[in-house]
Amino acid sequence: MIKSEAASPQRASWLPRFLSSPPVRFLRSERAIAIAMVTPSILLVLVFVYGFIGWSALVSVSNWHNINPDYSFVGLDNFRDLFNNFRFQIDIRNTIAFTVLFVASCLVIGLALAALLDRHIVGEGVFRSIFLFPMAISFIVTGVVWRWLLAPRAGVNLLVSKTGWIHMDYSWYTDSKIMYVHQGSRLGDALHTVGLGFLADPNYGLPLAMISVVIAATWQMSGFVMVLYLAGLRAIPDELKEAARVDGASEMQVLRHISLPLLRPVTLSAIIILGHQSLKIFDLVVSMTGTGAGFATDVPALFMFQSTFRANNFARGAAVSIVMLVSVSVLIIPYLYWSLRRESRL
Amino acid sequence: MNIYRNWRLFAVSMVGLLALGAIAACGSGDNATSTPTTSGGSPTATGAQLSGKLEIFSWWTTGGEAAGLQALYNLYPQVCPGNVTIQNSTIAGGGGDAARQVLSTRMQGGDPPGTFQIHMGHELLDSYVASGDMQPLTSLFAQQGWNNVFPQGVLDIVSKGGVPYSVPVNIHRANVLWYNTKTFTDNGLTAPKTFADFFTVADALKAKGITPLALGDKDTFESVQLLETALLGVLGPDAYKGLWTGTTDWKSSQVTDALNTFQRMLTYTNNDHSSLTWDQANDLVINGSAGMTIMGDWVDADNKAKGFTNSGWVPTPGTSGTYDALSDTFGLPKNAPNPDAVTCWLKLVGSKAGQEAFNPLKGSVCARTDCNTSLFGTYLQSAISDWKTNTIVPSLAHGAAASPSFLSDVSDAVISFAASPDVATLQSRLATACTSAGVCK
Repeated sequence: MIKSEAASPQRASWLPRFLSSPPVRFLRSERAIAIAMVTPSILLVLVFVYGFIGWSALVSVSNWHNINPDYSFVGLDNFRDLFNNFRFQIDIRNTIAFTVLFVASCLVIGLALAALLDRHIVGEGVFRSIFLFPMAISFIVTGVVWRWLLAPRAGVNLLVSKTGWIHMDYSWYTDSKIMYVHQGSRLGDALHTVGLGFLADPNYGLPLAMISVVIAATWQMSGFVMVLYLAGLRAIPDELKEAARVDGASEMQVLRHISLPLLRPVTLSAIIILGHQSLKIFDLVVSMTGTGAGFATDVPALFMFQSTFRANNFARGAAVSIVMLVSVSVLIIPYLYWSLRRESRL
Repeated sequence: MNIYRNWRLFAVSMVGLLALGAIAACGSGDNATSTPTTSGGSPTATGAQLSGKLEIFSWWTTGGEAAGLQALYNLYPQVCPGNVTIQNSTIAGGGGDAARQVLSTRMQGGDPPGTFQIHMGHELLDSYVASGDMQPLTSLFAQQGWNNVFPQGVLDIVSKGGVPYSVPVNIHRANVLWYNTKTFTDNGLTAPKTFADFFTVADALKAKGITPLALGDKDTFESVQLLETALLGVLGPDAYKGLWTGTTDWKSSQVTDALNTFQRMLTYTNNDHSSLTWDQANDLVINGSAGMTIMGDWVDADNKAKGFTNSGWVPTPGTSGTYDALSDTFGLPKNAPNPDAVTCWLKLVGSKAGQEAFNPLKGSVCARTDCNTSLFGTYLQSAISDWKTNTIVPSLAHGAAASPSFLSDVSDAVISFAASPDVATLQSRLATACTSAGVCK
């Protein structure tokens, strides 16, 4: 009895001492739990994201042009061939045209919708949902729907023609025409005088078929931009706007000089999110138009897919994906740097 | 802040786990297992009893293709005694593109299916034969007497260095011009045999406000196939075959002629061709808004399915007497599981019974020349008699003539031609394609 009574306080004093020893304390800490929780995903990301990026980079400088893997080093030959490839040159033109048009139209339409909804109108929630719903649909479905809506023999053309006012036979995404500055035109001559004559070339034009894809993509994503802007607008203190109004500013001036400058971070986020999406766009183009007439709607991701899985040209496919990765990084890395620096300042 | 951070960590790890789950799910695929309806040994069959699983990989998922495949599965137990379970691994989409992608992953990962559907010719020879992943089938061909029942033209296409690597189950013809007989008789036209005839007919149709040549090249192979028939019609079979072996010069004036012809044919097509598929282009012929279309003989099955009876056909201009062939074949991968069951499958698909069961359903003709003609419809009967007598050449658009990378470069050149129809550029790009494929010097 006495012995056991003596033993129990001893145990009691030994156990907390063990539990409070530095290694065990560490294991019980939140930090350790956090590390344990995050380790599997870090390992997976290391292998399946960064490992495969590294592997793609390795393949992109290899000589692997058919089913047989051939890892012999060829330097930057694949990239040189790629940039000399007429299809890839077209793809770069298309991506730039698509990105500029898509991001610009999403921002403009998104901001306009947000500014309208910000008036605290009746049924705001309903409108917000209606504009946001397209985002819930996958790009594949959007592509199929718009493929039919803009098919020259159906959809919009047919609808407009059936009204009987005008006969509409716009060729939409089947158009192979490129809109560009012609050599010898007035604008072409103007470009020449400032040393930019090379821009007067179909390689620096806008494929008309791309406009159809931009319409579909904008339809899907502008609601998302609207929500971003709406949140941004609601975050602006009413006092600022009231003060401006008291000083005699019109509603347009309030928007121009108060709201828009304060929305700049939102615009930047929207540009980053839309921009990296449009540089990588694949599913929408595949289901809606494919490569298009004369590659009018071809994009690098499609070229990468066909090079790799149709032509078995793995080195070229890897080179395309590395170029895509670099182009997205150029957009993302400054943004990450900027947002991380801002976070650490908070 | 702490809670927020932990939740973020938790979310990140969950996303990681989900990614792992997705990867695991991708690995398993969607394989349906179908057990043959009749099992057990046939009294006439001899040899060891087969057992285990036989995985057959294809992109035959719908309509006549799937029915033909099922007919072969039903025959399997009668030809191959034992109780083999057939695993029907099909991957739909893109005319086999999706299936080929999965196949290449599996072959490179050392996990070949028992056997797989692949186009005869360079699609196989320049891929898995070149990489040493296929078993030569010389003794099987000799044992089954296939060297006598398959035409020499086909034996040439399935062989590399005289060694056959796959068994053709069917034959399709790529150089067929389909026309609406009602439109033609109403306008007093006859089916064109030469390019001169073709352009006369096309002008007459155009004058009546009818699209002369329906084209639907959304999937791009359709315009490549049109180019292929133009090359074949202008160059003739021998020079055409030389294009794919390096003996015909891509820069020659004959090729220029063919490309000019191709360009001229494109001016008679419907404007919205890049939004249509081949069967939608055929719809234009069916409803009379177009007069002709140039497409493979799977159009016959499409016409039947759509109840269209005013269909006429001739070989494409300048190609009578030539059979521009493509075929679905099966081979035996090295390290294939259950190779004995696979070999018996190959015997079945090459046999008279197997080909007679499969082809009437699929809407193609037998690769063998001894099939019972009465099993087939009107068009196919005429195709069978051509098959026995014509010169056989390999189709480009369907993998027989050139390696996948050669074909892909040719396709790219043809697609960009639609936007900038410059024959000289097209010709130099085709010549470059031949050089980078290692065929031309």
